[in-house]
Amino acid sequence: MTLDEAREILEAEVIVGSDLQDIVVEMGCGADLMSDVLAFVKRGALLLTGLTNPQVVRTGEMADIVGICFVRGKRPPQETIDLARENDLPLLTTELAMFESCGRLYRDGLRGCSERTG
Amino acid sequence: MSPGAKITKTQEMVYEMKVGDVMTTDVITVQAKDRMSSLRDVFRENRISGLPVLDGERLVGLISLEDFIKWLADKQDDCPVRQKMIEEVAYAYQDEPLVLAISSFEESGVGRFPVVDSDTGRLVGILTKGDVIEGLLKKLEIDYQNEEIRSYRTDHLFTDLEADETTLTFQYLVKGHDLKQAGTSSSRLKRTLNRLGIHPDVVRRVVIASYEAEMNLVIFTEGGKIRARIQPGEVLVQVEDSGPGIADVDKALEPGYSTAPDWVRELGFGAGMGLVNIRKCADSFDIWSKPGRGTVLKATFFTEEDKNETGRSCKYTRSGSDIGPGKPQQRGDRRLCKRSA
Repeated sequence: MTLDEAREILEAEVIVGSDLQDIVVEMGCGADLMSDVLAFVKRGALLLTGLTNPQVVRTGEMADIVGICFVRGKRPPQETIDLARENDLPLLTTELAMFESCGRLYRDGLRGCSERTG
Repeated sequence: MSPGAKITKTQEMVYEMKVGDVMTTDVITVQAKDRMSSLRDVFRENRISGLPVLDGERLVGLISLEDFIKWLADKQDDCPVRQKMIEEVAYAYQDEPLVLAISSFEESGVGRFPVVDSDTGRLVGILTKGDVIEGLLKKLEIDYQNEEIRSYRTDHLFTDLEADETTLTFQYLVKGHDLKQAGTSSSRLKRTLNRLGIHPDVVRRVVIASYEAEMNLVIFTEGGKIRARIQPGEVLVQVEDSGPGIADVDKALEPGYSTAPDWVRELGFGAGMGLVNIRKCADSFDIWSKPGRGTVLKATFFTEEDKNETGRSCKYTRSGSDIGPGKPQQRGDRRLCKRSA
């Protein structure tokens, strides 16, 4: 699905990013542990997280993820937003909790990182 | 690139790509209960020669311009489309490899396939030979551009430089406890490797490892250095600091073992996965540490994907011991690991 479709499913607001319909989300990942993201997430994932510090963006940059969505209505601090802009990494925020966010995306066909090979 | 290689590339693409990647999603359809007379405008306005017939969202048949002309010529009653459509429709699944659809085109002589979702049976698009060609050309263009950028960059650095062997070294200084800057060095390394045209999958492995190591420097030490040495065939990353050192390297390599304080965990790190991740990303991995003296970590990443196992061990022996301060294998606690392929 595209990042814009994911945004719609999550009823999320865009904090950073444009042309979300041109960005393909290959898989989803929900994590608050950045080391887990670095270890298990594959290229092209959308990351759902409750953490908002700049290291989340750094992690996204290193792991080649295509977007980050903060759950439970969390808003990132300005330094996180600045870093995301610099790296051209879209940031979204949804009022939904982590479980519900993951559930909705999975229901609508987005698969997890372990189900995608290669 | 030889013509032979190009054909192989296209063959590879038709196996990799799915019908859903190239199909037209904006499909003009008619309902089975619609009258035949309503087709005239649809055919004329859209200049198409065939229409999928739906019952609700489900595909139930196909009606062609030919069927419509025959109906007109025979001056038959204005019946529902259902009575004149072809019910036995060849269709393609959205998630089937393109290669299957291409052979179906050849075998059946049909000009178009409606595309249905394999789970729901819902019509999701239509596939013509034109879509296949356009889809392949687009993909080729993207691949070609990427390839061109890659070879251009690599050429400049490794082929155009006159030497028997070329090695580039980049060094990044990491400040301890400076959370704001944490990750900057790995980010800069990533941009550098991308500019050098290193394969994105290799870049990803290198920078995930270097980022984990950088976080360790920021969290546990007063600062240190990340050095990346790039030469044809491999990237070697060496990360070193001068304290406090790891008391038990064996333990530190166990997944989940951590001595990180709470503020680190609040950042999403310190779960005892850092060294484990680095080892997982690297083709070979070597760590030396002594309390009070510091830690030296070396990770090697092969940049050519087709190295066989023998090739790997040879490379390892050559590159494993020729850089870095002192002779780590003689002092301190050292662990040498290889990545399982």
